[in-house]
Order: sequence, then structure tokens, then C-alpha cells
Amino acid sequence: MTGVSVRAVVENRGVDLEFAVAASEVLAILGPNGAGKSTVLHVIAGLVRPDDGVVRVGDRVLTDTVSGTHVATHDRRVGLLMQDPLLFPHLSVAANVAFSPRSSRQDAARWLDEVDASELADRMPRQLSGGQAQRIALARALAAEPDVLLLDEPLAGLDVGVAAAMRKLLSRVLARDGRSAVLITHDLVDVLTLADTVLVIEDGRVVERGTTATVLTAPRSKFGARFAGVNLVAGTVGAAGVLTTAWGPVWHGIPGVDTVAGASGVALFSPTAVAVYRKAPHGSPRNTVEVTVAELDSLGSAIRVRAEEQPDGAPGLAADITAESASDMRLTPGDRVFFSVKAQEVSLLPSP
Amino acid sequence: MICEAHRGTVRRDFRSSHALTPSAVLPRWIYVPAALGALFVAVPLVAVAAKVDWPRFWSLISSPASLSALELSLRTAAASTALCLVLGVPMALVFARSDARVVRMTRPLILLPLVLPPVVGGIALLYAYGRLGLIGQYLNAAGIQIAFTTTAVVLAQTFVSLPFLIISLEGAARTAGVNYELVASTLGARPTTVWWRVSLPLLAPGLVSGAVLAFARSLGEFGATLTFAGSREGVTRTLPLEIYLQRESDADAAVALSLLLVVVAAVVVLGLGSRRLRAGGVNAW
Repeated sequence: MTGVSVRAVVENRGVDLEFAVAASEVLAILGPNGAGKSTVLHVIAGLVRPDDGVVRVGDRVLTDTVSGTHVATHDRRVGLLMQDPLLFPHLSVAANVAFSPRSSRQDAARWLDEVDASELADRMPRQLSGGQAQRIALARALAAEPDVLLLDEPLAGLDVGVAAAMRKLLSRVLARDGRSAVLITHDLVDVLTLADTVLVIEDGRVVERGTTATVLTAPRSKFGARFAGVNLVAGTVGAAGVLTTAWGPVWHGIPGVDTVAGASGVALFSPTAVAVYRKAPHGSPRNTVEVTVAELDSLGSAIRVRAEEQPDGAPGLAADITAESASDMRLTPGDRVFFSVKAQEVSLLPSP
Repeated sequence: MICEAHRGTVRRDFRSSHALTPSAVLPRWIYVPAALGALFVAVPLVAVAAKVDWPRFWSLISSPASLSALELSLRTAAASTALCLVLGVPMALVFARSDARVVRMTRPLILLPLVLPPVVGGIALLYAYGRLGLIGQYLNAAGIQIAFTTTAVVLAQTFVSLPFLIISLEGAARTAGVNYELVASTLGARPTTVWWRVSLPLLAPGLVSGAVLAFARSLGEFGATLTFAGSREGVTRTLPLEIYLQRESDADAAVALSLLLVVVAAVVVLGLGSRRLRAGGVNAW
């Protein structure tokens, strides 16, 4: 059982962050493209040398810029599974899985069985489907007995059904071996089914970290909120359940136990709690803001009305309304409308 | 993100597009210069074949002088191809993978023989490894003579062929990228293991096409060989030199030998290489 701790500054990628993964924990890293997610994995794997930082796996120091330590990738026992399975095209499936010096023909057979691919042992990689190839790549990575497994969007290239099967397999393997893993993904389902904790990175910095349940239900970062599909407004917490934004509007909500007056905080509410009006509605306990409609999306039976970006650059507020009311109001992008939310539907939480 | 997620699909689409007819996008007039170019190359080859004195063909090419020249050519070309592989493969990989300043500055120098007149290459070799050359004087003192020996033929051929192998292999290595190597190292394989078990096998198609190019270039080598190795029958007189000499004394023999050289080169290039030459790199797997 080994944990991982990382502190890394990589100047030319604009990365400066620190985090730890406990033994047998699966950490999901979320963030917009270019935030530095893959760079973090490359630092752990020793493919990128940080300008400043320390990487520890268990009690082994793999990178330490102060003492000049940089263990070579092949001695790190860090497995890497990417979107492209990268099976060696000139080797059979069995030979691929037996490739690692720490693996053998017997190990290969066992791991192929583990990923339900024993019958593929004699095939060449070009004879495999995408999902089969990714299963073999997982077996190959595990056969090398890594202390930590790095997963860089391993399901992104797969069809929906195939990804589901692969996700199940990953979840089984990760849970059974109690191996720590770091997973980069853009998929909510991956996070829900595989991750224990979530780390959100924006512009190379950690902006949020918490258990999967917390980040998905009460995100504190812009990306976390967009990922979880909830509305997030940032501002300053005032007295008695009030949050004041830097650009004026005041939000009323139910304060969390740990909110402190005067500190920065966020207001969170679900798009289904938002009502949309053409004219300013009457009734006092409501939060009402005037916004410009940016786009309309179909969500099955509902229509999601997405407003333009907030003044601080956060994703625009979203409202889920019925298709009927959307067509009654004849909403089109560019319309000025009022979004209204009951105070009971808004949670006020401190920012991280 | 969407773009990444669909990368696999895009690749598949490219493959299936082979079923379309790519020639449909060509303007029709382009076939005229293309056909002229093809004729320009093909007509001289036909002319040689037409000029051959067919009834005497066999006796012309089986004279002792011709046979010894052919044998020497094949032997030295094979040796120089082997030397090209030993020296060129590491160099090509260093060129493809290293960003170091010194490597970037060395590269054009190493590829210079590609555009250098072979005679100049021969003279340069002579002043390096000849009896009074930069290195040759010490070799000479140690009792080793290189100039005007069969070894000199091999060196001259290697000198002019090496850039062909390097260029072809370097391109294949760049196209292949380093991802397979990186994955191999995360699996615990040391760099030397990765080199033998991943890099070289992946580059095998590029290796074959590079070796074929080098062999063909060595087989045709004339200028550098004549300057650095001379023209001693059975020792340094390769087939191109023999053809040049015969042209003076027995034109029919020269023509017959020319055709022989064309056939040998064609067998090598078509038989071993043409498929690989087209589909170099990792995609050929």
C-alpha cells in the first residue's frame, strides 16, 4: 500500500501545485484543456523534470530538485495508461503483456484472464478493436506491478458501451488491488464510479480539492461547478445568508455551517431551481437577476437556457425549463430575460 | 476535448478514404508533364536494351573481367550497406530524437555528401585516409594501407550512401514518435532494452527501405571510388568502373554490362524495397 505526494513547479507549462494521494485512493484530476493535468502525470512518471518540486511514492523519493534526485522512469514503478493503448505493433498480445521485465509469460496469462481477454493472447494488436486494445494495455500496465497507476483519459477514445465495460473493469481492478491511482478525465461518470477524491486544476493551480461527493454536490470552483452541472456565483459573504457579488447583485440563500461573514464565498443552486421570466417577477423572497440568453439546449424533456458568461468570467447561469414554457416565451439567444431562484434553493458556502 | 475524443475515428476515416479515387482531384493537364517525365526516364533504359547485341549478350557479360567486376560490386555494396547500418542507424536516431545544439549543427555537415560531387568526396577521403592523409599517415606508420584497396572501395561507397540511409530512417523515426518508447520505460524497460525490443523493431520497415537505398547507391558509385580506390582489376574495379573502361575498348560489352547493372539495381529496389519505400515508418506494420 503506497501513497503519492507531489509538489511541482513547471515554469514553461505554467504549473505550480501540490497534492497527495493516500494509499489505495483513486484521485480524479479535473480541469479545462491546457490546465496542466497531463503535465502533472508526466512529472510523476519522470517524463518531465519539474523546475522545482518533490515527488514521493510510498517512502521512495522519485524526484527532489533540491537534492538533485531524479529516478529514471523505468525504475519508478509508475504505470501509465493513455487514451491511445500504444500496444507494440510487432508483438502479440501475450508478448505485449509479458513485456515488462517484472512480468513473465505466466503473469501475462493471469493478467489477460483478469481483463477477460485470454482468448486474444495470440492475436496481433492490429487485429483488435479499440476496447480490446485498451483492456490489453491495462493488463500490460498492471503486469509491471506499478506502485501507482496513472490514467490519462483512458476511456476517451472508446464508444459509449465499450467505455462502460472498461470502466467496470478499471473499477474492479482498482478496488481489488488497493492500488493508488491518478485519473484524468472529462467524464462525470468516470468520476462517480472510479474516484474517491477530486482535484480541480485551473491554469496550473489547484483550485479545489475534496471528496467526490462534496465536489460534485457542492463545488467551490468554476470548473467544478460546470462539471457538476450546478450554478455557481462567487462573491463576499455578508450577514444572515447574503452573498454580495463584485458587480452588484446580492444573493440570498441558506448559509453553510462554516461560512464566515466578510470572507469570500459562493452561492450554489441547481438549474432546475431557476425560473425564467420575460418581465421582472413580483414577490420578495426571490433572487432575481437580469441576464442575456446565450444558448438553448435540449435536455430530453427539458430545455436548458444558458445565460452569457458572468462578469467575473465564470460560466453563465443555467436554467432548466419545460419545452412548453420555452416555446411560449419564444426564447432566442440574445433575449434579455430574468432568472429567479427561491432563497431556500441557494446554498452559501465558503470558497476554498 | 471533443477533438481528442474523436482522434481514433478520424484515423479510421483516413484509411477508408483509400477507397475513393484521389486522382479525381487532379487537373487533367498535369498528366502531360507527368508523362513527359516518365518518358524522360524510361527512354534511355529502353535505348540501352535496344542497343544490346543480344546473340553475344551472355558471352559479353560472362567474361572473367566482367564477372570479377560484378562480384566485387555486390561484395563491396553489401559490406558498405552493413557499415551504413552500423554507423547510420544510431546517427539517424540521434538526429530524430535529440534537440541538442551540437546535434542540430552536425546534421547538415553529415548530409553534405548527398549534394557533393562524388569526385570531391573521393579527394576528401584521400586526404583523410590516404597514405599522407590526416589519419592515413598514422595508419600508414602502423602498416595499414587503405587507399587503392578493396577497403577503400567500401569506404567510398559508405561515404556517399550513408546520408541516404540516415535521411530515410530519420524520417521514419520522426513519424513514429516516442510514445511507444515512453510506455516501454514506464513498464520498467531500461533504455538499452527499449532500443532493441521497441525502437529497432518499430523502425524495421524504414530500416529496410534505407538499406535498399544505400545498397543501390553503393552499387552505382563511381567518382569517389575511382578517386580514392583507383581501378585495379579484381581489387577496386567495380562494375561502373568496368563499364566506363569497356566503353573505350568494346562498346558492346559496355552496353551489355550497363543493362546488367540496371537489372541488378531493379531486382534490389523492386524485389526488396518498393513496398517498403512507399510505406515507410511505423504505419507499415
